[in-house]
Amino acid sequence: MTVLPADLDVGFELPELSEQHITRTLLVRFAGASGDHNPIHLDPGAARSVGLDDVIAHGMLSMGLLGRLLTAWVPVGDLLSFRVRFSAPTPVHARLRCTARVRAIEPHGAGRRARLSLAVRIVDGPLTVRGEALIRLPEPPPAPVRADREGARA
Amino acid sequence: MIDPSWVGAGPKPFTVEVEAGRLRLFNQVLGVREAVFTDPAAARAAGHPDLPVPPTFLFGLELEHPSGQLAELGIDLGQVLHVEQGFVYHRTAHAGERLTFAPVVTDIYTRQGGALEFVVRDTAVTGAGGEPVADLHQVIAVRHGVRDEEGA
Repeated sequence: MTVLPADLDVGFELPELSEQHITRTLLVRFAGASGDHNPIHLDPGAARSVGLDDVIAHGMLSMGLLGRLLTAWVPVGDLLSFRVRFSAPTPVHARLRCTARVRAIEPHGAGRRARLSLAVRIVDGPLTVRGEALIRLPEPPPAPVRADREGARA
Repeated sequence: MIDPSWVGAGPKPFTVEVEAGRLRLFNQVLGVREAVFTDPAAARAAGHPDLPVPPTFLFGLELEHPSGQLAELGIDLGQVLHVEQGFVYHRTAHAGERLTFAPVVTDIYTRQGGALEFVVRDTAVTGAGGEPVADLHQVIAVRHGVRDEEGA
């Protein structure tokens, strides 16, 4: 895991994941891994029966990719909350961009936390997921001790 | 339509084990490569008792349990759209743990003249000692004869 910069500030963007290609194979594998066997992700006939052109990706696949982006930068134990809203379907063969940006830094108990805006977009297409995560930040580095202070000489 | 008397109630709580092999598969499919999630020795070196559960893993443990699909409410999975999902974390869960899920339907409402029915479910996940691990929040939309909608 990489670490966030100590001077993390509002506007910082976590380095993006590479573009994620949503293949049929990935949807089948994710169904097995996640336990979500809804046929609209697996069976084109089932997808067409509810008015779709073809299968669509699991919403939780996109959320899982956002989770992967977060935990590449943040220790999983520092993740306080994580929520998303799915706003558009992700068709099979889409390529996804997953992004996370620091929107605010706030007090949290004795320390601080960062509020991140999260998004998943189809390359050359719409935003499909919008969300937010709260992460506990490590203590900021201690302020430099002034050399002329009494206590610093001992 | 879904029986509104479900609000405030839910399927019976259930307990499932977090299997290490399942975690590995989940991480492999999502492309998670950090050693802390894939190698128990690296997890322990980072202060975990065993492989930690990645942020969205608990959703699947709930969904694949018979009580997790809301079938008791008469919902047809093929007509379900996932609208929102949230997690609040109280502590990290780990491989080998037995976790108890207690789902409660907290709201049911309709939109678009009844064509879409929304079901909100909140699930408290606790560890073996009854201590809070995570809270899951889910909103699904059930389509009643609607063809072209938002959601995934």
